[in-house]
Amino acid sequence: MEMKPFTRVVLGLVCLLVAIWLVAPTLVVVPMSFNENKSLAFPPQGFSWQWYQNFFTNPDWTSSFLNSLKVASIVAVLATVLGTLAAFGLDRMRARPANMLRMLMLTPMVVPGVVLAIGIYAVYLDAHLVGTLTGFVLAHTILALPFVLIAVSANLEVFDRRLETAAASLGAGALTTFRTVTLPLILPGMLSGLLFAFATSFDEIVVSLFITNPYLKTLPVQIYSSITRDADPTVAAVGTILLCATTLLIGGGMLLLGRERKGRP
Amino acid sequence: MNQRPENRGAAIDLDTVSKAYGSFKALDAVSLHIKPGEFMTLLGPSGSGKTTTLNVIAGFTDATSGELLVGGKSVVGVPAHKRNIGVVFQHYALFPHMTVGRNVAYPLALRGVTGAERERRVRQALDMVKMADFAHRYPSELSGGQQQRVALARAIVFDPPLLLMDEPLGALDKKLREWLQLEIKRIHRELGTTFVYVTHDQEEALVLSDRIAVFNRGGIEQIGTGRELYDEPATLFVGKFIGDSTVLRGQAATSGDETALAISGQTVVTDKRLANGGRPVMLLRPEKLALAPRGAADAGRNRLAGRVGEAIYLGSGSKYEVVLADGSKAIVRSTLEAQSFAIGDEVDLLFAGRDVKLLADDDKADLTLT
Repeated sequence: MEMKPFTRVVLGLVCLLVAIWLVAPTLVVVPMSFNENKSLAFPPQGFSWQWYQNFFTNPDWTSSFLNSLKVASIVAVLATVLGTLAAFGLDRMRARPANMLRMLMLTPMVVPGVVLAIGIYAVYLDAHLVGTLTGFVLAHTILALPFVLIAVSANLEVFDRRLETAAASLGAGALTTFRTVTLPLILPGMLSGLLFAFATSFDEIVVSLFITNPYLKTLPVQIYSSITRDADPTVAAVGTILLCATTLLIGGGMLLLGRERKGRP
Repeated sequence: MNQRPENRGAAIDLDTVSKAYGSFKALDAVSLHIKPGEFMTLLGPSGSGKTTTLNVIAGFTDATSGELLVGGKSVVGVPAHKRNIGVVFQHYALFPHMTVGRNVAYPLALRGVTGAERERRVRQALDMVKMADFAHRYPSELSGGQQQRVALARAIVFDPPLLLMDEPLGALDKKLREWLQLEIKRIHRELGTTFVYVTHDQEEALVLSDRIAVFNRGGIEQIGTGRELYDEPATLFVGKFIGDSTVLRGQAATSGDETALAISGQTVVTDKRLANGGRPVMLLRPEKLALAPRGAADAGRNRLAGRVGEAIYLGSGSKYEVVLADGSKAIVRSTLEAQSFAIGDEVDLLFAGRDVKLLADDDKADLTLT
């Protein structure tokens, strides 16, 4: 339908407003990170790199950053392996029990984080997992698993299982078939799952706050404790860095998914 | 058939092979011998067991009972990937992430064929299906017919002694199908491999096959050459499935070597009788039937009154559908240009008693026809 020029302009303006409204709170941290004073005031005054310098030199920040990197990397791999296996199992099960199990595995996306956190914390106290790498990895994997499951399941849905039959007729055993036919075709799903899993773990805060202790802090925990203790603008610098990194990661995942969809005939 | 370079095909023997899904018998004690290098077509309507038979031979489905020999050796319990049988699927099943060349090289790579030898054989297989120029394309860039030719190359590149084809031309349009049928015939002649071909298209079966096994309801009705099936159908089902046919039913009476059918007060006679008992029905091919204006004299032939229900001009002649007094329909093909009839004409249907195929009535024959 042809649109009148006036309608087009109004529509454009409204869209722009919504876009600003959505992005502005995030973008506020960018100028604040270059603030000269030790305050989180907006608008910031002057310009300096000191908060970035502080982030890279202060052991509180570097260690928590490395912790997050470590946890997120392990979680990404673990969740991808488990999520892929789960997606495979569900894909090859009878529909009814498979749907039930799928819902169960997706609950971490639906259940309020705080509720989950309380449960995990209670169990971890007994199991002595509070403040341990294992504890963080296990908790974050639960949260990251649904993303992998969804991504790989979407891939498996369009995967033609007759290709596996064809591979068998050509002489490929089950493992060879998986390696040479199935895996290459679901790899895009696994990769986007991996990225989402990494991002999920890297910026997880609610559960992390419960299971952290002074010896093991992840970056979001460090940000939270820093901002509640003193208004340290390093937080804004970290936020800016995280914003850039996450945008790259998620953007990459979207691109992978999009290319996969276009690649199908 | 004498052009085959060498007989490299394997013989196939199915001995009372059954496949049950719960209480449903997809295959009921099927026995079938396929000679080395033969082109055998498994023909039948959907759900008749022809594809199940193919899947059992390929190893995709395990038979519930029975023995299966390929090249004289039992393959019962041998997984599909160890049977060394080429399979072409209806939906091509090319690997979308590999080029045409890599698709065809896939079975060779699995067999440890490398380097120049692999390239030579890929080239040779693609040459045979006339797709050598497409080696670097991806399957998504090819048409259906091209994809199926690549799939064929992939299935023959490792020199299997047996090639199975499951309705490979089913998804293609008529022109392309007819051309590929001739291509498949040529490739069969050049390779000398045993071909087992599944189709529901009787014309395709007649074009391609050395012999045809007609399937119905999980069993084989008849095995024979196309000519044998058309001229001497063993059952009513085969008679109706292969070619056009007219079936006459009526009150039967046998005397000596003659069988007579009373149909709506008229009697037709044939000098044949049913060997194995059962209710006799008469089956007539369209070219054995003639039409005459009502009441015209023609002694010595059977005569049935009817009315022309449909008249189709075919160029090489005409085809008529005649509605008989009992409401049944007869199909008549006439090449006599002098004599033509219009819809609604009252006619007499004429045929000689010796042209009748006398078969036992079989209510299964109707239900499975679509």
